[in-house]
Amino acid sequence: MAPTPGRPSEARVARGERARLLVRTPSVLIGAAVVGFWIVCALFGEWIAPHDPVFDNTFPFSEPPTRDHPFGTDTNGRDVFSRVIVGSRDVLLVAPAATLLGTVLGTALGLVTGYFRGAVDDILSRIVDAVLALPLIVIAVLIVTAVDSRSTWVVTVIIGVVFTPLIARTVRAAVLTEAQLDYIEAARLRGEGSMYVMLKEVLPNVMPPIIVEFTVRLGYAIFAVATLTFLGFGIQPPSPDWAAQINEYWNLIDPYWWMVAFPALAIASLVVCVNLVADGIREVYE
Amino acid sequence: MTAAPTTTALSVRDLDVVYRVRGHDRQVLRGVTLEIAPGESYGLVGESGCGKSTAALAIVQYLPPNGRVTGGAITVAGQDVVGMRGRSLRRYRAGTVSMVYQNPGAALNPALRIGRQVVEAFTIRGVPRGEAAARARDALALVQIADPGSVLERYPHQLSGGMQQRVVIAMALAKNPELLILDEPTTGLDATVEAEVLDLVAGLQRELHTTVLFISHNLGVIAKMCSRVGVLYAGRLVEEGPVETVLEDPRHPYTVGLLRCIPRGGVRKDHGRLDTIPGSPPSLGDEISGCVFTARCALADDRCRVEEPPLIAVGAAHESRCWYHERAPDLPRAEAVDVALPAVDRSGDPLVECEDLGKIFQQRGHEVHALSGVSAAVWPGETLGLVGESGSGKTTFARLLLGIVPPTTGAVQLDGRELAPRYRKRSREDIRALQIVFQNPDSALNRRHGVRRILLRSLRKLAGVSGAEAERRLADLASRVRITERTLTQKPVQLSGGLKQRVAIARAFAGDPRLVVCDEPTSALDVSVQAAILNLLVELQAEKRVAYLFISHDLGVVRYISDRIAVLYLGRLQELGPAEVVFEGPHHPYTEALLSAVPTIDGGGRERIKLEGEIPSAASPPSGCVFHTRCPRKLGPICELEEPPLVEAEPAHFMRCHIPIDELRRLQSKEPQETPA
Amino acid sequence: MTRYVLKRIGLAVITLAVLSLIVFAIAQLLPGDVGRAILGPFATEESVAALNRELGADRPIVVQYLDWAGGILTGDLGMSLGRQAPVWEVLEPALVNSMKLAVLAFLITVPAGILGGVVAGLRAGRPTDRTITVAGLSLSSMPDFVTGIFLILVFSIWLGWLPVTAQWEDGAGPATQVKHLLLPALTLTIVLFGYIARVARAGIVEALNADYTRTAYLKGLGSNQVVRRHVLRNALLPTIAVVATQVGYLVGGLVAIEVLFNYQGIGLLIYNASQQKDFPLLTAGVLVVGIVYLTVTLVADILYGALNPRIRFVRAE
Repeated sequence: MAPTPGRPSEARVARGERARLLVRTPSVLIGAAVVGFWIVCALFGEWIAPHDPVFDNTFPFSEPPTRDHPFGTDTNGRDVFSRVIVGSRDVLLVAPAATLLGTVLGTALGLVTGYFRGAVDDILSRIVDAVLALPLIVIAVLIVTAVDSRSTWVVTVIIGVVFTPLIARTVRAAVLTEAQLDYIEAARLRGEGSMYVMLKEVLPNVMPPIIVEFTVRLGYAIFAVATLTFLGFGIQPPSPDWAAQINEYWNLIDPYWWMVAFPALAIASLVVCVNLVADGIREVYE
Repeated sequence: MTAAPTTTALSVRDLDVVYRVRGHDRQVLRGVTLEIAPGESYGLVGESGCGKSTAALAIVQYLPPNGRVTGGAITVAGQDVVGMRGRSLRRYRAGTVSMVYQNPGAALNPALRIGRQVVEAFTIRGVPRGEAAARARDALALVQIADPGSVLERYPHQLSGGMQQRVVIAMALAKNPELLILDEPTTGLDATVEAEVLDLVAGLQRELHTTVLFISHNLGVIAKMCSRVGVLYAGRLVEEGPVETVLEDPRHPYTVGLLRCIPRGGVRKDHGRLDTIPGSPPSLGDEISGCVFTARCALADDRCRVEEPPLIAVGAAHESRCWYHERAPDLPRAEAVDVALPAVDRSGDPLVECEDLGKIFQQRGHEVHALSGVSAAVWPGETLGLVGESGSGKTTFARLLLGIVPPTTGAVQLDGRELAPRYRKRSREDIRALQIVFQNPDSALNRRHGVRRILLRSLRKLAGVSGAEAERRLADLASRVRITERTLTQKPVQLSGGLKQRVAIARAFAGDPRLVVCDEPTSALDVSVQAAILNLLVELQAEKRVAYLFISHDLGVVRYISDRIAVLYLGRLQELGPAEVVFEGPHHPYTEALLSAVPTIDGGGRERIKLEGEIPSAASPPSGCVFHTRCPRKLGPICELEEPPLVEAEPAHFMRCHIPIDELRRLQSKEPQETPA
Repeated sequence: MTRYVLKRIGLAVITLAVLSLIVFAIAQLLPGDVGRAILGPFATEESVAALNRELGADRPIVVQYLDWAGGILTGDLGMSLGRQAPVWEVLEPALVNSMKLAVLAFLITVPAGILGGVVAGLRAGRPTDRTITVAGLSLSSMPDFVTGIFLILVFSIWLGWLPVTAQWEDGAGPATQVKHLLLPALTLTIVLFGYIARVARAGIVEALNADYTRTAYLKGLGSNQVVRRHVLRNALLPTIAVVATQVGYLVGGLVAIEVLFNYQGIGLLIYNASQQKDFPLLTAGVLVVGIVYLTVTLVADILYGALNPRIRFVRAE
């Protein structure tokens, strides 16, 4: 058995140093900047957008991009640029909420199955496996149809619930590794109860993977919300939400490409940048 | 000491190696100079962080991407190694130098058959495929693998650790190298397996006249295998010379201190405290001015802090890097020698007792007999040492005692009262009474909790105190285990291995336990830190009258700290008696073989008793006496048919053997003429 | 090995059973009843009750489930309400179409992803690696329909090389079919490349750092030989599992893509069924997607076991 070094291991990165590393990575900076921009738009869109995105439909219909309307106008005579500016709001509300819900539920589920193992773990794992056998969109469509509601919050809850097994699986794996370490046994040998050990001993140590999961799933949540909206579930027109815009106009892509291209670019920019930041966080924690 | 280049196998001159860590260059090897003559075996010894593995990697030019040689030269069989690239480097590795290192299972590719991997060692040197296959078979026979044909067909995971290492050695020797480097090749193997591998290497070296560089932290192994030794500290060679001379008459304070830390020559805790080296070994690449050892040296003065000494000749072929080498043997002790240890009182009832304790595990449809028929007792304030190799059941025994797993047969008694099989059902008093110190200090403490929080929590749960009373007890506990106020504010990652283990010990003692299971508590620590922990355990025992169940594979440590010793083999108690008697004899044939297998610094003395075969699997233990398949003193059919009972062969000395103790005494006291059956 | 295979099959069967329960349960979430949902809020009570009786929706839930599950096992998936035809008749051609697209996408994506991952892993930490990894990840994270739209804009509208929709006339030859499928397949490649490359890369990095790689180098082997003989097979074994899950997505998860390209695959079918509240078709479609996924992962598991000596040969005593 090779001895541990006499001094504290240098490989440990202190928390402050982690933050510093993050700030130094160019991809993370770019990503954070773009995401920040869209958050600002979501909060203050009305003041930033030159025209009212929903009600101001006095412009010429279906005009390609010009200097007055850099993104052109839509079939209702609204300024596409303004719509794109404001369109981040719904996505930025729903996606984080859904991810948070999924993370909380998934962590609880993962903790319980990973810590207690046994029959509980077997049964719940089968259920998780079964749910994961279906692509996200498919389950979401099924549930949305069954519930028969187009409310945004229903979509949020559905996505959160569908994320739960995914996140639970990662948390469970982390808990399994952690639970084998000696300090867990030491805690039990002190007479600590299961709840204490799970919440106070194990959970703090699996937080890093949970945080990483959250940031990764956030991008996935945006993906899911956008797709469901594009398919007509969830956020409805006349909301200037990007995917809703695409839902309205995608079969007019030829020749009215600008009504679709710019919202699509907006989605792409948000999602890509969220993932850049998530990737950066993941690198730092590993 | 410079010989003409062609008459040295390895010549390292003034070697400097740095690692680039987070933008800074860290000096790992500082001007290391050594030479090995052809056919010689040289041992490089040092604790963790001293750079010995780096030296090996530099010689084979396989430093990690952030490491590089910044100065000096390495010459192997006349070839200049540093700066070799491409084809010449490949040819050098294929034909001139070989390396064997720790963890043979990982060194073999799990996806390829053994045959393929061994054959590759030949084909890379241009041997045609057909011939290579035959030579591969010969290579395996050379390392004494019976039935090489079938082994060649297998995958690595199908072989035992000892077999895997033999295969790796076979591949290494296939090219009949000019230099063979072994880096901790037997760490992690069982004692008897280790002895076989070391014997094999020694035999092969004699036969093939291979030059060997043996790297280890274990001085006993070096003493056994090498003719010369170099002591490495913080990347510097601080002492060098013939093995016997350096071990008998060390001339560097570090070597002196190191040798004093190790319990040798049968020394026991009653004889005195182990000496320690204050402080801890420096981290890899620390900045040091003057002599590298100054921070921990009792002889150090201002000259040492400023001026680094060169290697000074202190005897025939013996050098030391110390200004005050004449005074080194008289190095003042860091610890007082005398210690008052109360005698163990066995007149009353035992503290913990078990009768016919057994545990059978279900594993994939097989029954694994981890432990059977173990009856033992531990008295208050005594240390029961538990000795055995893998599969012996010592860990299972500890877990049964603590209630981590319930026994299949028998029960554990505390103060004459039977304890609940699982700790969940035990009372709070019972839980506090039995505690444990784990082997690995890194995993024994919650990384996220500060030291103060860990200890306060233990005080709350085990001792039932909180608030001001808890603070008082905490201060008391901290001073007992010698951790400072500052340490209390830190988190485990900021502490050294030794400090972490102290915290773990403090935690175990929070509730004033009556018996503490020490599961290899010092195996993961450096030797110089180990002594301090052992001293601490002995002190606490003297003060609190706590009993220990001390598990270790290091027989010197077990002998030092134990009052009585139990020897386990394949889940059965083979011998139980006072430490001195078990070690000196007469003892069980297995104990005899085990003792002979462990390499000690003092070397000599015991004749090696080779055990044939491997340790049988616990899923299908042999009939009768479980040791009969390997016992060199097997009597005959009776050993196969009937398991000997555990009898009190002498007062307080229990033995499980068909051979009567007087006969054993007679057989074992003869001059070592006994050849194995 | 046999035990491993049997265990895997057993697990798959159990998971499938659980899946059928879940799908059935979700379908029952509908507030009110099936009859009302189909006929709408203005239909009379009698007609709703009559329809329910006809559909068997007034029987106890357990009976309904057993009937449905039993039917699936015997191949009877019920009647599609929207199409007035047996479900299987409607599903089968859609399934075949999805398979075609999946195969084409698979053939392009998997080699590209593995190649990209291997290259990135071999040059880990260097610019090539960063580029491949960041690009792959960014492209993968975009919603599939967004990627599809970009590809349509570029290749169909501006360049005019490829057709916008994935519908071809009846009797079109394989070449035409491939031409129509190319855009969706390329979209999928972009979406999946990042995931596959990441796993392949991780496998390579881990194998490169392993002790057995060190042994190989120290034997005197050159980089090419080490990578080819020792690294690749250990590194790529874990990719089998990931590739399998992606195949599952390729067959059923392409709802948005199929809608976008108007491709008559099973995703579009599910979408249409949901618009029409055609529950028999919807649940059957979802279940079939699950079955395909479970089958593919089962095959992948068995393949993994066959290729991994630790599983194929249990340790000899």
